[in-house]
Amino acid sequence: MPFDLPTVWAAIIAFAVLAYVILDGFDLGVGILFPFFPDRHDRDVMTNSIAPVWDGNETWLVLGGGGLMAVFPVVYATVLPALYMPIIIMLLGLVFRGVAFEFRWRTQRGSVWWDVGFCLGSGAAAFMQGIALGALVQGIEIADRAYVGGWWDWLTPFTLTTGLAVTVGYALLGATWLNLKTTGPLQDRAKALSKATAAGTIVLIGVVSLWTPFIDAEYFGRWFAFPTAIFSVLVPFLIVLCAVALWQGLLSDRELQAFLASLALFVLCFVGLGISFYPYIVPGALTIQEAAAPESSLVFLLVGAAVLIPLILAYTGYAYWVFRGKIDPEEGYH
Amino acid sequence: MDFGQTAEMLARIQFAFTVSFHFIFPAVSIGTASYLTVLNGLWLWTRDPAYLRLFEYWKTIFAVTFGMGVVSGIVMSYQFGTNWSVFSDRAGAVIGPLMGYEVLTAFFLEAGFLGIALFGRKRVGDTLHMVAVVIVAIGTLISATWILSVNSWMHTPAGYAIDANGNFVPEDWWAIVFNPSFPYRLVHTVLAAFLTTAFVVGAVGAWHLLRDRTNRQARTMFSMAMWMAVVVTPIQIVAGDLHGLNTLEHQPAKIAAMEGHYESHPDGAPLILFGVPNETEQRMDYEIAIPKLGSLILKHDPDAPMQGLDAFPPDQRPPVVIPFYGFRVMVGIGFLMLGIGLWSLWARWRGSLFSNTWLHRASIAMGPSGLVAVLAGWFTTEVGRQPFTVYGLLRTSESLSPVAAPAVGASLAAFVVVYFLVFGAGVFYLFRLFARVPALEDDHELDKGPVRAAGINPGPAQDDPLRQGGRHAF
Ligand code: HDD
Ligand code: HEM
Ligand code: HEM
Repeated sequence: MPFDLPTVWAAIIAFAVLAYVILDGFDLGVGILFPFFPDRHDRDVMTNSIAPVWDGNETWLVLGGGGLMAVFPVVYATVLPALYMPIIIMLLGLVFRGVAFEFRWRTQRGSVWWDVGFCLGSGAAAFMQGIALGALVQGIEIADRAYVGGWWDWLTPFTLTTGLAVTVGYALLGATWLNLKTTGPLQDRAKALSKATAAGTIVLIGVVSLWTPFIDAEYFGRWFAFPTAIFSVLVPFLIVLCAVALWQGLLSDRELQAFLASLALFVLCFVGLGISFYPYIVPGALTIQEAAAPESSLVFLLVGAAVLIPLILAYTGYAYWVFRGKIDPEEGYH
Repeated sequence: MDFGQTAEMLARIQFAFTVSFHFIFPAVSIGTASYLTVLNGLWLWTRDPAYLRLFEYWKTIFAVTFGMGVVSGIVMSYQFGTNWSVFSDRAGAVIGPLMGYEVLTAFFLEAGFLGIALFGRKRVGDTLHMVAVVIVAIGTLISATWILSVNSWMHTPAGYAIDANGNFVPEDWWAIVFNPSFPYRLVHTVLAAFLTTAFVVGAVGAWHLLRDRTNRQARTMFSMAMWMAVVVTPIQIVAGDLHGLNTLEHQPAKIAAMEGHYESHPDGAPLILFGVPNETEQRMDYEIAIPKLGSLILKHDPDAPMQGLDAFPPDQRPPVVIPFYGFRVMVGIGFLMLGIGLWSLWARWRGSLFSNTWLHRASIAMGPSGLVAVLAGWFTTEVGRQPFTVYGLLRTSESLSPVAAPAVGASLAAFVVVYFLVFGAGVFYLFRLFARVPALEDDHELDKGPVRAAGINPGPAQDDPLRQGGRHAF
């Protein structure tokens, strides 16, 4: 693997997207699980568990998008028009979910509507992200630096399946997060939901993985070519390992272990996707090298990124640490 | 759903709509973040509970505004790709890294410390909490700096080359970031954000003074806001004037549109105070003008020649109506703000700052004036850049995504519905928050929220300074 600037940048963007998926994944997941917690008080605790961190989590999405425009402008300029509708729906979903944190406290009567918006917004955002992923895997038609496909191309049985997979997966992250942050009956329910969503996630990972090689034989080739084949053999094994760790964590009340194991599931799938894509950034259409911005753009931003990303990770970690521990459900209520 | 419009027009309306919504929230949150810093600093310094109460009061308002700023901003960062993909491809290598720096230096900073600034006082202690408040305020300013650099580059591009594909390639980053209109636009816009907030704060203070002129917190906020009006408005007017001179140098066609000059004036241009632009005939109807004053203001010489729109090829002329009226609205508001500032100075000198009900009523009327001025200013400058996205180099009509009009129309309709619903509700809640009496006692139902709910800020407690009343120093 060559270590040139475009590759380094592809790795950074991939890292930002992964950070987004696992971080915003759990807070979107909390929203998706709202219907299972009809009690207003439970919902207060649930939103409080993510209120101090959701904005930081969502910022990784802005880095993924903004970064793409900076270092792979042609990807930004072709993928977004191709995914026009899913992206717009995702953005609108994020609007509802983002304002709900504040708005649900500002009204008595109306608050249930913001709860509905929070849940549907989170669900729509998750589902559309899954669809976008499926559409990328499926391939996007590009000619002469522009998108030339139709504007319903993103809608296929495969993308609907990936949409579902991501939604269920986020619900799993949300459930194990709640299991980690809450106590009492709320936690019990979160634990039960963790089990159900874990089973669902693993089944859907299996379905999508088996389906992918039929979409494009090239993926098949990449998985079974030499150095990556080692990983292909390992992956199912690692997934089983995660599943066991997750299950065991839930049964033995090692809440952090359960949460981390569900994150690890996402990391594994993400690495798997990376292998399927490489050396392409838009499968079948643009390679990392072709799509890169001029060198001076890559260097200019890399200088800052090299210093700032570690710093960001450090203070984000600090913010999580400040708000560590269980949410006390009784404190501060009238 | 194409509403009989071209995809280009729909995409422009969509951009203008979403960015206008986006900008009014940051304009308030930039100012409020700095205001919170000042209030918290004064509380730590004087230990006067009035400041802590005001901090808590404005903190909730800040949280609501900031939330709306964030979600509308995320939409913006994807709009370039969905609706302006050719622009993104052509200019991405130049403006993308600046926006990348905005994310890395500002958005993460704000987001990382926001939780602590809002909910963390009890967890991290006064000092670290203050650090977090300062960092959030600095973050909003850094964010404004980068995005305005991007926007200014689109008005006055510099430091680039153009490659074989017709794409902009960065050559000199210093020249790109510090492009010719950037310093002016930065100063003018940040001051605008401060003024916007000052007038909102002043209006809320005045409202409560009308009800109870002894309310200590209402007095403090009104007094602080009026000082801002006195000090910052004159600076803003000078900054705006310098900005205009700079624009004359780099975008003379925009100035011609703002001034309403369809014809060139070889020996001294008038200042058109009012008129009705007639785009079809390319002339100004019903004009009321002061001879030679235009040249005097813009060139400091009453007889200096000034170009009108007729000096530019028809396909390079911006529309006149919006820049012409927008500019007048903004400047008019600027002078009204100055008037309020001077009035308050006089009232202060007379000792009637807190009892002059007409001053209070006028301040309430001026509450939203900053927002109007900010939007009028942006519309002036953005429409004045037309028909280009990158001035003189890339046309708006060539920047568009290959998306069909019905798709753009449908998404525009969705944005309109959702924004009016969501942000309409948000503004309604803001008004409720403004209506809370800023009393010393921990008061209102609506006060609760993630703040206390997070379990960090315990309810009634002996050591809670807000409950102790405290000395009335003012
Ligand atoms: C002069 C100030 C200013 C201007 C002209 C803009 N913004 Fe902005 N923006 C801010 C000042 C700001 C801010 C005050 O810094 C915000 C408000 C809330 C926040 O988080 O930061 C913000 C938020 C914000 C966010 C959310 C960041 C987060 O997750 O915390 C994004 C993605 C953008 N903006 C992007 C844009 C784009 C693409 C713009 C151009 C069209 C733009 N902004 C114009
Ligand atoms: C935040 C305050 C802003 C407001 C209120 C604003 C307003 C507008 C308006 C009214 C238009 C439409 C002009 C027309 O169609 O005639 C427009 C277009 C546009 N603006 Fe801005 N703008 C803002 C900030 C920005 C910034 C910071 C950028 C760059 C990053 C930007 C980039 C654009 C682009 C790409 C277009 C579309 C092409 C065009 O019609 O010119 N705007 N804006
Ligand atoms: C009477 C005093 C004022 C003068 C002479 C003035 C002048 C100007 C000029 C010439 C522009 C256009 C810049 C361009 O050509 O691109 C502008 C833009 C703008 N003005 Fe003002 N202005 C005044 C007052 C205000 C006030 C009171 C506010 C808000 C509180 C404000 C907010 C803005 C904003 C947000 C912009 C757009 C951003 C920019 O280009 O800087 N202005 N102003």
